[in-house]
Amino acid sequence: MIWLTWRQSRAQLIGGAAVLAVLALILWLTGPDLANLYHTSGIATCKPNVTCPTLATRFLNKLSKTDELLYFLGIGLLYAVPIIIGVFWGAPLVAREIESHTHRVVWNQSVTRSRWLAVKLGIGLLAAMAFAGLLSLMLSWWSSPIDSAVDLNPTHGISLIKLAPVLFDARGITPVAYAAFAFALGVAIGAVTHRTIAAMAVTLVIFAVVQIVMPAAIRPNLMTPVRANVALQPSSILGLRGGDVIATPSYTPPGGWILSSQVIGKNGQPFHNGLTKACQSGSFRACQASLVRLHLRQLITYQPARRFWAFQWYESAIFLVLALLIAGGCLAWIRRPRVA
Amino acid sequence: MSPIALRTQGLGKRYGHLQALTDCTLSIPSGHVVGLVGPNGAGKTTLLNLAVGMLEPTSGSIEVLGGKPGSGPAQLAKVGYVAQDTPTYAGLSIADHLRLGAHLNPGWDAAMARERIERLKLDPAQRAGRMSGGQRAQLALTVAMAKKPELLILDEPIASLDPLARREFLDSLSQYAKTHSVSVVMSSHLVSDLERVCDYVIVLVASRVQIAGQVTALLAAHRQLTGPADPASRPAAWDVISATQSDGQTTLIVRSAEPVSDPAWTDGPVDLEDLVLAYMGHGSVPGRVTEVEAQS
Repeated sequence: MIWLTWRQSRAQLIGGAAVLAVLALILWLTGPDLANLYHTSGIATCKPNVTCPTLATRFLNKLSKTDELLYFLGIGLLYAVPIIIGVFWGAPLVAREIESHTHRVVWNQSVTRSRWLAVKLGIGLLAAMAFAGLLSLMLSWWSSPIDSAVDLNPTHGISLIKLAPVLFDARGITPVAYAAFAFALGVAIGAVTHRTIAAMAVTLVIFAVVQIVMPAAIRPNLMTPVRANVALQPSSILGLRGGDVIATPSYTPPGGWILSSQVIGKNGQPFHNGLTKACQSGSFRACQASLVRLHLRQLITYQPARRFWAFQWYESAIFLVLALLIAGGCLAWIRRPRVA
Repeated sequence: MSPIALRTQGLGKRYGHLQALTDCTLSIPSGHVVGLVGPNGAGKTTLLNLAVGMLEPTSGSIEVLGGKPGSGPAQLAKVGYVAQDTPTYAGLSIADHLRLGAHLNPGWDAAMARERIERLKLDPAQRAGRMSGGQRAQLALTVAMAKKPELLILDEPIASLDPLARREFLDSLSQYAKTHSVSVVMSSHLVSDLERVCDYVIVLVASRVQIAGQVTALLAAHRQLTGPADPASRPAAWDVISATQSDGQTTLIVRSAEPVSDPAWTDGPVDLEDLVLAYMGHGSVPGRVTEVEAQS
């Protein structure tokens, strides 16, 4: 079975290894310069909230076009890899055999359907995880100077915080879990639908929904957010909507993921009376000044940067367990004869 | 080796509202080359799929070589299967197919597989996707044979082949069955194909077995009579399987072990093709199932 699995997927496996090799070469050629730029920037020894933001900005402005391109390409690649694995490798794994009737060949050798699928799932899961893991390791290492600098000055143009959505799924070990999940999902949908194209489409849709729902609704609640009650800075005020003050967070925890910020009055209750006389008729400046006189505060909830790895483990555990459950379901499904 | 190749008891299979196989009871001893005949859609593929474990029965039971079809590696190893349209991996070469067989079957006969491919003058490096239908059928047959099964099941293996490829395929099949004393069950809707190789016949029409038995026993149990066209001139005691009119005459296939002596009718032996066709037409008479047991 191992030989057959290798023979049938060697194109994908060799292709994947080639992609890794080429990327490793590119990153190995450009990485040391980037690391050197970081070391000479003085960020490593900067004073938090004093010199750090300036030094971080200076470093980020000095990045070459190639570095910026590689940085964003790397993020895109880490998003694309689980999808490619699930859609183009997982979904056709069983479905294509059934469509081309070769399941009648391979299921009538002296190997049970369960063992056939177990070996294919096992090798596929390991390969998918190894591929995504190596990719994430290389890109996380290469990008670490940029990631650290961004954490220190999140207002810079490249403002992807490691812990916040977008970058979180493209760093650390989550790509490994997502690759395993996408592969198992694709195999399962292919085994149930018996149709390659339909399975590919359904896999893509389900995976996309999961990647939207997870950071939007589930991840923020995996750990109780930290609350900060801070004075509303005049410079944070952007305007009014009805009586509500629209403002950017007056405090940004370095590398933190801000979940919500709410303007509250001196009494600690949500503030809705922003339509002061000055705001109804006066200039924006006069309005701003009138609001400052009210001593408004902001209630900010966020996940601090130190929780990055805890979140990585939680999320990876969730999707690895899901992948194993789906794989187990697949094996149970294929045991019974369902397609002749 | 199990004395009974295939045994079914009240076997039935339905897909939703469609009854594909109804109340099928068979007991086929090992060592025969069995032809499973019937029109398209009669349930032949369903019966064969049940025998290899690709389907589960909805009623009744089936035993193949004494075991439950597809129940484990040992059972799978005993049964070789060439599915309809002889599927192969289009992207894999002949050599890859043989390697596949060697890796997945403990009893694989590599020498036999190699020899067959050589004798057929096939290039081992050629991909299955680029081969003709006849070559693909031969490759599928080679893989099933080299597995060294006790029972070889073939589903319409020659339906899409030209007459020459068909003859080559059947010749190699009957030679193999003789030299390796393997039981064979082969389905076809072409009766003439089966006459060449089969010594046992099952006629399946509209999901029901019409008749099953050894060819010699079946031929001995039926007579062909030619006589007047008027149905009234036919003695009521005769067990008439089929009646065909032509040129003011009637030809009857009658179930009778003895020659029929009636002055109005000419009696003669029946040949397999006429007999099978008679039972295939007979399918419109419901509930009429006949089994002729082999005289052992």
